[in-house]
Amino acid sequence: MINTMECAVDAQSLISISLRKIHNSRTQRGGIKLHKNLLVSYVLRNARQVYMNEKYAEIYRMQQYEEVMTVCNEIQELNPLDLMEDCEEQTGDCCGSASESASLCGALLPVSHQVPPVQHIQPSSACSVPMALQNEEVCKAPDPSFYRSCCAEAYPVSNCDFSPVNNMHCNKTTVLDLDTHVVTTVENGYLHQDCCASLQQCCQGAQSPAKKRKLDFGYYVSEIEEVPDFTPCKRAKFEDSSYVCTEHLDTSNISNLISIFGSGFTGLVSRQADLEQALNGQFCSKQALASLGAWTRAIVAF
Amino acid sequence: MAGAGGGGNDVQWCFSQVKGAIDDDVAEADIISTVEFNHSGELLATGDKGGRVVIFQQETENKSQPQCRSEYNVYSTFQSHEPEFDYLKSLEIEEKINKIRWLPQKNAAQFLLSTNDKTIKLWKISERDKRPEGYNLKEEDGRYRDAATITALRVPVFRPMDLMVEASPRRVFANAHTYHINSISVNSDNETYLSADDLRINLWHLEITDRSFNIVDIKPANMEELTEVITAAEFHPHQCNTFVYSSSKGTIRLCDMRASALCDKHSKLFEEPEDPSNRSFFSEIISSISDVKFSHNGRYMMTRDYLSVKIWDLNMESRPVETYQVHEYLRSKLCSLYENDCIFDKFECCWNGNDSVVMTGSYNNFFRMLDRSQRRDVTLEASRESCKPRQVLKPRRVCAGGKRKKDEISVDSLDFNKKILHTAWHPQENIIAVATTNNLYIFQEKVN
Repeated sequence: MINTMECAVDAQSLISISLRKIHNSRTQRGGIKLHKNLLVSYVLRNARQVYMNEKYAEIYRMQQYEEVMTVCNEIQELNPLDLMEDCEEQTGDCCGSASESASLCGALLPVSHQVPPVQHIQPSSACSVPMALQNEEVCKAPDPSFYRSCCAEAYPVSNCDFSPVNNMHCNKTTVLDLDTHVVTTVENGYLHQDCCASLQQCCQGAQSPAKKRKLDFGYYVSEIEEVPDFTPCKRAKFEDSSYVCTEHLDTSNISNLISIFGSGFTGLVSRQADLEQALNGQFCSKQALASLGAWTRAIVAF
Repeated sequence: MAGAGGGGNDVQWCFSQVKGAIDDDVAEADIISTVEFNHSGELLATGDKGGRVVIFQQETENKSQPQCRSEYNVYSTFQSHEPEFDYLKSLEIEEKINKIRWLPQKNAAQFLLSTNDKTIKLWKISERDKRPEGYNLKEEDGRYRDAATITALRVPVFRPMDLMVEASPRRVFANAHTYHINSISVNSDNETYLSADDLRINLWHLEITDRSFNIVDIKPANMEELTEVITAAEFHPHQCNTFVYSSSKGTIRLCDMRASALCDKHSKLFEEPEDPSNRSFFSEIISSISDVKFSHNGRYMMTRDYLSVKIWDLNMESRPVETYQVHEYLRSKLCSLYENDCIFDKFECCWNGNDSVVMTGSYNNFFRMLDRSQRRDVTLEASRESCKPRQVLKPRRVCAGGKRKKDEISVDSLDFNKKILHTAWHPQENIIAVATTNNLYIFQEKVN
């Protein structure tokens, strides 16, 4: 666990500082310094870890409140006059009693930063029971429905990310392709084809996002590989030919990295959520770390 | 007669000389990037960012007046490396001299190896104090005489001339490193040397330039799996089969070239477990080792990471035998130091002649002397203010927090642009060379 003397806000600025350093290193005299970039990627990873943890905690709290409010509204339609006040009062209770499996469910649901902090209040009415049950049901819904909601709602082309309610509106973003140095101006934070690519990934399951990212950097690497190597190399160099096949798919993901960061970190959250949601709502640390390491090292690999 | 470096605190250090421009506006090419005494201590070489090497020579001591310590004066200056361009990769190769290493002297000439990011060169520095005069066909200035005017024959003779020191490149060892060279180290066999870049270490023979042997290769098959790089490497001072290399993860590997041709598998791994309570965003950065040096007796090695110096016994891999904090007060400032890139500074360290004291640099032009035998340390400053001849250096103190005492300097007042990365200690005497950004300070032991 990282000792968060620096809080999550600093994690965010550390991420942007680190990215700036990596970007600047490409134009520094003497070429890219492998050592420095590797160290920067570690900071990036650490900061991202902290940021994600804080974000999840926040989302979890918000999501509980949202779900309760949604259920309350539904109940309100049946009994608009009776349960309104009670439901609002019980919000805290539901949030407090929600099961752990609900922890990631809300990752894909709209998050509003304007929702006030949740208060914990003593349960006193029958409202709490049905709401809790509802909560569980919502959260334990089978994955395909979440995929559907994710695919159908969260990736509309007009909305740039998973949180349309979010105050962070996606503006025009200038995207720098790290590989070809092509600068593109992007509407709404995502290139259109990237949206669709992400869509596909989400629906296809856990393996592809991680695997795709892993293969991304073979694309980088093969280009940079030294050509005339005068030292008698006592180890055969391993070049996976399968990298070449996925090049054309990977290009969009590579340029996506910058667009992700450009769209205010919600991209970070949603990508990670994708991956974990695809794994039945459980943290699969191995997969998460694989993608984590892969995309941070993407920036380093050259 | 000076001893081989006694206790750091018993010794009082006084100013001897300063080399370099005085103005505060530092030209980038003048930034000193390496400092190295030769094996006798008579010569002191510096390399700079502009690719130049400047060699200072100690004047022969006046034995009748031992208090008049000998001075170092410029002996030779030459352009070692030029900026290059790698057209294949569209990369500019900096001419900055990363390291200089002297070869042990075998004859009248001196030899040193100097390296930039990609190319190592062997330089011969020789003296010429005679020149032939009295040619028949040539004038003294070299113009050819009209043959018709020659009426007599004479034998040319050598006549003394003003001493001229010539530096000529004898070997160029190129095209063997894809990544940036960070270290070179001459073997005790005086025939071979190693060069290390971020991912590989190559073994060279001093006579052969078109071939080298790769002895360590830590490049992973997939670059995305890269987790550490080589940061420094050095041959053992006596055992020609042994060398060590340090990594960005804070580990040191000792390798024996007799074990196999490719030394990817280490013989010993020196690593200290991380203190989990100190974990921060920057843990990986500050644990990266920036320098590794064997002791002169070959029993210990010293490593420098961002905040500390560690002494390792070669027989114990589990943890260092001694750890010294260089500037622990910076631990709470790591975020700012990351922002201004200071956290990436690579400090070097060095031993004194008898391995009893170690020295390393810090910020604000401070440097630290760490006395191993007496377990004491002192912070000194290389500044123009204490530049009077034989002026004794006063110990400095940094106030980490709370009430600042008189003569203390607070952490926030430290100038992080004034850093001492390179220091060197005379192999036999208590004479030290300390490089600030563009000046070289020479301090000597106070002689009563």
